[in-house]
Amino acid sequence: MKHLAGYRRPYPGTQPNYLSPLYRSSIKRAPTEPLIYLPHTLSEVTGPVFGPGDVDVKACDLTHLHAGEPLGERIVVRGRVIDENGRPVPNTLVELWQANASGRYLHKWDQHDAPLDPNFTGCGHTLTDAEGRYRFVTIRPGEYPWRNHYNAWRPAHIHFSVFGPAFATRLITQMYFPGDPLLPFDPIFNSTPDEKARERLISQFDWETTLPVQALGYRFDMVLSGRESTPWEAK
Amino acid sequence: MSLRATSSQTVGPYFAIGLTWLERSDLAEPGVPGERISIEGRVLDGDGNPVPDAVLEVWQANSHGKYAHPEDTQKKPAEPAFRGFGRIPTDDEGRFRFTTIKPGPVPGPDDRLQAPHIAVTVLARGLLQRLVTRIYFPGEPANETDFALGLVSPERRGTLIARQTGGDAGRLEWNVILQGPGETVFFDC
Repeated sequence: MKHLAGYRRPYPGTQPNYLSPLYRSSIKRAPTEPLIYLPHTLSEVTGPVFGPGDVDVKACDLTHLHAGEPLGERIVVRGRVIDENGRPVPNTLVELWQANASGRYLHKWDQHDAPLDPNFTGCGHTLTDAEGRYRFVTIRPGEYPWRNHYNAWRPAHIHFSVFGPAFATRLITQMYFPGDPLLPFDPIFNSTPDEKARERLISQFDWETTLPVQALGYRFDMVLSGRESTPWEAK
Repeated sequence: MSLRATSSQTVGPYFAIGLTWLERSDLAEPGVPGERISIEGRVLDGDGNPVPDAVLEVWQANSHGKYAHPEDTQKKPAEPAFRGFGRIPTDDEGRFRFTTIKPGPVPGPDDRLQAPHIAVTVLARGLLQRLVTRIYFPGEPANETDFALGLVSPERRGTLIARQTGGDAGRLEWNVILQGPGETVFFDC
C-alpha cells in the first residue's frame, strides 16, 4: 500500500488535561503514566463508516419523537463539521444528548429534583450532508446542580459525539450557550487551558437559523483533526 | 491557514441516553468467517473500584486483515457483513463483554505487518478526553516484532495483551486499569 498520511495532533492547550483536579471525577480516573505517542497506521486512519441505513431520519428532531410536544423553549442547532484544513466532513455520524428544559436527564442515576418530561427523551443523531452540515431541532436544556463542589451548577449544554473519517478523528464534546453566567465557574468547561479554544465551545445565536414564530437558532461548528499534508513515514 | 480542532469534553455520567442506540457487542453475525472470540473484562479506577459509567468503542479489521473503510485498498477479501465497529458499555460492576472474530494482521510502518490487534476508545465520566489503547492476542508470535508494542516498555506491554480465561481458547480477558498499579498503556493517538 502507498504511505498513508496521518492526522494532525492537537495544538498545545486546546485540549483538556486528563487530570483536572477541580473536576473531581478526573482525580481517580486520569492516567498517571504519560501517553505513548502512536504514529498513525492503517488502523488509525480508517474508522467505522455509517450511512443512511444506520440512522433514523426522524432522530434529528427531538421535539417530535413523542405523542405531545416537550416543554421548554424550542431551538434549532445547526453547524458544520469541518477539519483543520477547512474541508467539510461529509456523511459522518453526529450524535447528541442533553437534559430537558428543567435540567433533568432521562437517566436512572439522575436524582435531580426536577420533573421529567414524558415528551422529551433528549437524544438524537444525524448524518452530515455533502457540505458537512448538520441540523437538529430540540429544546434549550436547563442548567442543573451537581455534586462536584458546594453549590455546583452545570451551565446549559448539549453533548455531541462525532466520528469523522477515521479512528483518529473521534470527537466527544459539549456545546454551551452564549452569555451563560455559569461558564466561568464550571470546571469541565474550564478544563481546557486555552481561552480561545474554550470560547469555540460556545454556540452563537444566529438569525439565519432562527425560525420566525417558532424557534431561536444557534450555530455550532465542530472542527476535527486535519490530515497531515506530507505522507507519513516510519521513523 | 489552519483551524484548530474542537476541544474534547467528557461524556459525563448520562451518556447512555445518547449512545445506547448504537451499542454493538456482537460484532460478527453467524456466517462471517474467522476465529470466534469473546473478550471480557472490567474497567477499574485508581482505587481499584469498578467504573460503571464507561463505554468502549472498538475498531478492527476482518479475519483477512482488511478494514471496512474506503482507505483500505489492500487486495484482500472484504466481508460486507462485518463492519468492524463495536460499542460496549460497562455494567454496574464495571464489566464489559463483546464477541467478534480475531482480526487478521494489517500493515504498519514500512509495510511490515502489525500483530493482530483491536483499536479501543475508552469513554467515561471523569475522562475529559477519550483514552486510546489496543487489545493484542496471547500466544501470537507477531507480538514480538509489533511496532506499537515495541514503543512500550516490556514491563507494561502485558497490559495490552489479552489472556485466555475459562479454559476455552476463544474466551479472552482484558481489563482497563485507568490509573495506578498495572495501569493500562494508553496512546497519544
